[in-house]
Amino acid sequence: MSSPTTEVEAQVGTSPARPGRFRSNPAKSTSAPSRRRRAGGASTGPAGRSTLDRLTPYLLLLVPVSLLVLLTYYPAANMVRYSFTDWRGLGPIDHYVGFRNYQRVFQDPRYFSVFKISAYYFAASFVQMGIALYFATILSFPTRFSNFFRGIIFFPYLINGVAIGFVFLYLFQPGGTMDTLLSWVGVSNPPQWLGDAHVANYSLAATSVWRFTGLNFVLFLGAIQSIPAELYEAADIDGASRWQQFRFIILPGIRRIVGISMILAIAGSLSVFEIPFIMTGGANGTTTFVVQTLHTAFDFNQVGMGSAMAVVLLIIVLLVTAIQRLLFRDEKVDLT
Amino acid sequence: MAWRKAFAGLAATAAVAAGLTACGSSDNTEAASAPKDPAAVKGDITFLTNRTDLQTDGTWKKYVAQFNEKYPNVHVKVEGDTNYEDDVKTRMNDPHGYGDVLLIPNAVAPEQYPQYFESLGSSVQLADTYRFDAPKSVGGKQYGIALGGNANGVLYNTQVWKQAGITSLPKSPDEFLKDLQTIKAKTKAIPLYTNYKDGWPLGGQWTNLVGSVSGDPDALNAMAYNKAPWTEGTDIYAIDKLLFDSVHDGLTEPDPLTTNWEQSKGDFASGKIATMVLGSWAITQFQAAAKDAGAPASNVGFMSFPASVDGKQYSTIAGDYFLAVNKNSDNKPAAEAWLHWLIDDSDFTNSQGMISAVKTAPLPSNLKGLQDSGVTLLELNPAKPGEESRLSDTADQSQVDIWGNLYRQKLVDVARGQADGDLESFFAQLNKEWGQAVSDLS
Repeated sequence: MSSPTTEVEAQVGTSPARPGRFRSNPAKSTSAPSRRRRAGGASTGPAGRSTLDRLTPYLLLLVPVSLLVLLTYYPAANMVRYSFTDWRGLGPIDHYVGFRNYQRVFQDPRYFSVFKISAYYFAASFVQMGIALYFATILSFPTRFSNFFRGIIFFPYLINGVAIGFVFLYLFQPGGTMDTLLSWVGVSNPPQWLGDAHVANYSLAATSVWRFTGLNFVLFLGAIQSIPAELYEAADIDGASRWQQFRFIILPGIRRIVGISMILAIAGSLSVFEIPFIMTGGANGTTTFVVQTLHTAFDFNQVGMGSAMAVVLLIIVLLVTAIQRLLFRDEKVDLT
Repeated sequence: MAWRKAFAGLAATAAVAAGLTACGSSDNTEAASAPKDPAAVKGDITFLTNRTDLQTDGTWKKYVAQFNEKYPNVHVKVEGDTNYEDDVKTRMNDPHGYGDVLLIPNAVAPEQYPQYFESLGSSVQLADTYRFDAPKSVGGKQYGIALGGNANGVLYNTQVWKQAGITSLPKSPDEFLKDLQTIKAKTKAIPLYTNYKDGWPLGGQWTNLVGSVSGDPDALNAMAYNKAPWTEGTDIYAIDKLLFDSVHDGLTEPDPLTTNWEQSKGDFASGKIATMVLGSWAITQFQAAAKDAGAPASNVGFMSFPASVDGKQYSTIAGDYFLAVNKNSDNKPAAEAWLHWLIDDSDFTNSQGMISAVKTAPLPSNLKGLQDSGVTLLELNPAKPGEESRLSDTADQSQVDIWGNLYRQKLVDVARGQADGDLESFFAQLNKEWGQAVSDLS
């Protein structure tokens, strides 16, 4: 990510362009009256017109911002409000209980212990980044069918999470695709991929890896490709091996993307939802915090309590992001 | 505009409600019986239903046409919803958003009924005509009438049981377990299928059996005040222990995490599954599945929970979904006409194999076997007036979801050794959580 921005900055910095340059260019090709009007508007035109000009960006922003407020901030604010009530999801919301819900989230081990399950997904996200980085590096060099392989690796990310859940549900069935494949290589007594509590979380985390590797891959690939080709050329001339090129050019060049991926991995593993919800419904010891939140709000009809849990998760994710900002404070990457 | 209208509607209904309260328990007979001149009843009404299948196959259309023969000036719009429970619960936050006639969502607590639904009359009076009134009666008033009811028990494949050489049905949990062992040894069928993954077949289908063990019509009510209900001697203990033992002895499906409800119907019909704990509502569906699989409908048998008191067996019967009228409806007479027509005059329960709420109606033919074997059908008593919500509140508070599937899934996990603990420790944990909620609420 850092490299493209520096590139753009460089471009802007080297050309002595004033902002007006871009505006005057199209004007040249248009008819004379429009040019005159344009010129007039810029200098001595009526005040109403320039006010409208000044307002235009805000008017354009009005639509997305109002949608954002209506669909994100307003419901989120409501959720914070619910978290201070004992609302059951129906009827008037008028009984405020202060911080009692929050107290319970932190005091009752039933709520916080499920974060242990996140560790499986967190560990899996390293595997995921490793695989993504490996393929991104290989496919950033000229390779036969490289576009085809890029497509294949990115493809799972495009599939709907619910569909993936069902696909893997059949894969993991006893005597399903997985067991059949294993029997070809001589594994005759495979475990129950979802039925065995010691295996279930690994199966789910592996599904998650399959799904999200494509996203990491594309992020890494984009970053790697923005590294100037001259660096590789120079490295080749200096006799650097592929591994040395990776170690000293690619890895430092994409450090910030790796850092961001880490944060996404932590936030993602704390809020895993779709895969366990579809595949096991949180049964057999696979309940994550979000699945637990859903059960609390809609199965036990404790919407207030569920909202408090959601707010707690939000705060944790914000904290993690803040820590990341402190650790990777806008550092510049210098490849030269 | 809409706001003002809604507010006016609310004010009007509040006035009506106040009027009704003023009358106290005096009768509201006109609501209970059909209006005198059907042609005078008019208006547009919306009917919310979870049975989208009956919408697809034209059954609702047929009923509306029949209804219009009697009430030509009422226009009924049927709205089906596959995600009924969640959707309608959300829609109920808008006074006019939940139709005119609807099925009461299970998530609505009894104490909230008067806020949302029109009283259909006094419970005492309606009880002369209708069964299953207890769960929807609050403060002596009736807020819903069952659109049919079910007997609760166990579905079994008669062919498989016969193949295993079992000639008489089990009358105690031990006999039942022994029979399942025999089935496991002598046939290829899974003796008992839990449908763990879909979840809901582990919820109400089992809890509804409370009462069948002891024959005590107050067994479920008592649970709301019992600080340790999972103790030997109670109904819930016997029921959950039977599930635990079946799983523990390897008599259920090998991988419960990959079960599938729709598929299980076919597997039952074709003899791959011997037994499932389900209400009698399932009989019709399973007979249809048997037909699809090329098996006779008589393969689907229904027995009561394997328990007896002094040689007598009981099977609890209860209402399925209850029909109610929206309190804010603009056309209440029309709405009540449709509600009563569906329950009193249509052949809905008969075609669905359900028990009609009308007491004088004959029992459905699929319960004949149950009657022939001398099982007493038992209807549970209503909760104490003013404490109708106690049981559901206790379940929510303790997070022991007796109507849901979460705690029984955990029970299955413990029983098959995939979670820590054993029967004693798991029941002790349930008692602790339940007991805490009981003392918090009293």
